[in-house]
Amino acid sequence: MSSPILKLIAQRIALGILLLLAISVLIFAGTQILPGDVAQAILGQSATPESLANLREQLGLNDPAYVRYFHWLGGVLTGDLGTAMSSGQDIATSIKGRLWNTLFLAFWAAIVAVPLAIILGLIAVRYRNGWVDKLISGLALASTSFPEFFIGYVLVYFFAVKWQIFPGISTVYDGMPFGERMQAIALPATALTLVVLAHMMRMTRAAILNVMQSAYVETAELKGLSAFAVIRKHAFPNAIAPIINVVMLNLAYLIVGVVVVEVIFVYPGMGQYLVDHVTKRDVPVVQAVGLIFAAVYISLNIIADIAAIIANPRLRHPK
Amino acid sequence: MSNELEFLSRRVASGKLSRRDFLGRAAALGVTATFANSLLSNAARAAGPIKGGTLKAGLVGGESTNSLDPALMMTQVPFAFGKCWGEMIVELSPDGKLENRIAEEIGASDDAKTWTLKIRDGVEFHNGKTVTAQDVAATLERHSDEKSKSGALGYMKGIATIKASGKEVVLTLKEANADLPYLLSDYHLIVQPNGGKDKPDAGISAGPYVVKTNEPGVRHGGERFANYWQGDKMGHADQIEVIVINDATARTAALQGGQVNMINRVEPKIVDLIKHVPGVTIRNHAGPGHYVFIMHCNTAPFDNNDLRMALKLAIDREEMLTKVLRGYGSLGNDFPINASYPLFTEIEQRKYDPDKAKFHYKKSGHDGSILLRTSDVAFPGAVDAAQLFQQSAAKAGITLELKREPGDGYWNEVWNKQPFCASYWGGRSTQDQMYSTAYLSTADWNDTRFIRPDFDKMVLAARAELDEAKRKQMYHDMAVMVRDDGGLILPMFNQFIDATGAKVDGWVDDPHQELMNGYALAKCWLQA
Repeated sequence: MSSPILKLIAQRIALGILLLLAISVLIFAGTQILPGDVAQAILGQSATPESLANLREQLGLNDPAYVRYFHWLGGVLTGDLGTAMSSGQDIATSIKGRLWNTLFLAFWAAIVAVPLAIILGLIAVRYRNGWVDKLISGLALASTSFPEFFIGYVLVYFFAVKWQIFPGISTVYDGMPFGERMQAIALPATALTLVVLAHMMRMTRAAILNVMQSAYVETAELKGLSAFAVIRKHAFPNAIAPIINVVMLNLAYLIVGVVVVEVIFVYPGMGQYLVDHVTKRDVPVVQAVGLIFAAVYISLNIIADIAAIIANPRLRHPK
Repeated sequence: MSNELEFLSRRVASGKLSRRDFLGRAAALGVTATFANSLLSNAARAAGPIKGGTLKAGLVGGESTNSLDPALMMTQVPFAFGKCWGEMIVELSPDGKLENRIAEEIGASDDAKTWTLKIRDGVEFHNGKTVTAQDVAATLERHSDEKSKSGALGYMKGIATIKASGKEVVLTLKEANADLPYLLSDYHLIVQPNGGKDKPDAGISAGPYVVKTNEPGVRHGGERFANYWQGDKMGHADQIEVIVINDATARTAALQGGQVNMINRVEPKIVDLIKHVPGVTIRNHAGPGHYVFIMHCNTAPFDNNDLRMALKLAIDREEMLTKVLRGYGSLGNDFPINASYPLFTEIEQRKYDPDKAKFHYKKSGHDGSILLRTSDVAFPGAVDAAQLFQQSAAKAGITLELKREPGDGYWNEVWNKQPFCASYWGGRSTQDQMYSTAYLSTADWNDTRFIRPDFDKMVLAARAELDEAKRKQMYHDMAVMVRDDGGLILPMFNQFIDATGAKVDGWVDDPHQELMNGYALAKCWLQA
């Protein structure tokens, strides 16, 4: 019984690793297409031909692309992400703190967003097509339709400038007391929650409604169970796979898609780090961040798949 | 009335009257809040700085790729933080004169080729070591090394030898330069122990603050240096902090929400809006920075002076100043110098003249459209400015075709490569520096391809001239030459627009760079 599951899981993981390797090639190729090179970008307007030549030599930009790719891949496999070209800092060290910040923010946004989205979805199904359902769906749709920067600025305007309840900029640092840190991330976490809420809530609603068409739900209703009991006991467990899927997708988004929110709230996470280094053409950093983002995305998707397989026995026995 | 106000403001400064009461009295006397506030800050300045507190600035221009190595400083945040922890050899004072800092005295030989810097006694580095002539010499050596990546290398290359002996540093130049002390005020030339040759990014110098936090792209913090040699003049706040806020809206919000005490680069279009926010003061002032359109004088069709003149006459400077800068700037006159330079002379203002432009355009024999490249990063509002230029040129019968280039890579793919594009110059501290950087035939940044041996000779001659009246005349002639023959279209000089929140005192407008030439955090204080 358990061996086919293990086999499936092993298969998924192997596929994931293969995918990651393919992505590494794409990332590397992509960074080669960027206009200009890192030496030019570091020196900017103050570049002179001599200083450019000096810097290029020093950074090893004169090697052919494939040599640099394998050199890089070898480093990554041994846990060495290299050093940032522009600042000379060790990438793994600088990313550690940033990644932790991003995960911290994503964690708290998820803690609020996931249960809220599922509960709202359940409520919407319970009162489907009534005004409660329409209100929830309407608000959720509205909050997804606004771009992130708009939601961010509205939050800043009311909570930071007008009422001055929360800080409008979220600079967190090492050794910051937990309470202050929570206060600092209040607004970006809220913005992220609003951004991902609707998607998860709508999917929950749709998935459960889908199941509600089934004969066994009708049977449950005919047994005289209350509407909530039908949803909780019979519909929800059978809709769990698609819900997990959408939750994982959104969790991935909370980690890899927060660039705009981090910039607006001046939050020192991975997004800002990436933006800074893209403009500097700091290829090793862009590659490292891209690879980490890809890894996060792939692992969350694998987890979603595995959870779905465990939740739905039918998936274990492919026809 | 003004006597009464002055009296009252002094009472506030000495703590005998509350600020709120003062503003009430001032309003009753029919004085605007802005004027009353400026009176107050004058009085407070007269009463002397207040020590203590934490002064915070939210600034654009910081990246996680920044380093504390002064040689690599380029953007605003390292510049402003550098002025907090670094100490300079000389500095420009707000009134445009030179102020000796680590150098106590600077003397030149008659031919302006040999310069002697006498090093001040008793200035201490943050590591407890005393600043010596060797440290100063090593600093200059590091920045003038051909292999160095220093932003000051361009000027430093002119130094032939650097020798330290006893308390003196003696510099000999390859060519005479009467402006050498001005060059030494370049913000890269922070004096470091052994010139920073051992550990360039250690962040150790002799400035008013000791580096405590350095998280590039996020925040930088400093703590007052107890043994600072000029503790009465600088280093009033106990602590300072620079928070990197690159987003303009977030920056303004942080000032309004009271999270920071000062910000830089307020966008002209929102100045009028945030002027009315209680407690916020806009600190705008003129400087040498300018917004330009540059043509390559050696590339067709711009190799024809009639065509260049036609384009210069076809731009409506006044309209651009009101619409793009909302008046926060001044008119340009197609040469890169304005009144913020010590040896500036007025030249008749060029005006928008479609008829004359038409005449020169016809004479040039060119027809068909002319491609102008622009981008948001060239200067704020560059795309709008290019569109205004297109409209005003159309009235003179000249068709400009606009190409909006991506901001990424603009400085290496377009600027100094394409024959006609929008650009920005921050200006320099002397005319010689400005002309040497961008108008000498051999200059790396000769972005108008202005290749004129006669002009080069004038630059070198003016550099060596010690008679100020003669030099002024020389610079006047050079300006006329650039204005009438060059490839520069300079519609406007922009102002620096900073803003401070309530309680910030001690602000002095400085024409050299934004944020009081970077010293705002070091020189301002918080009202009690």
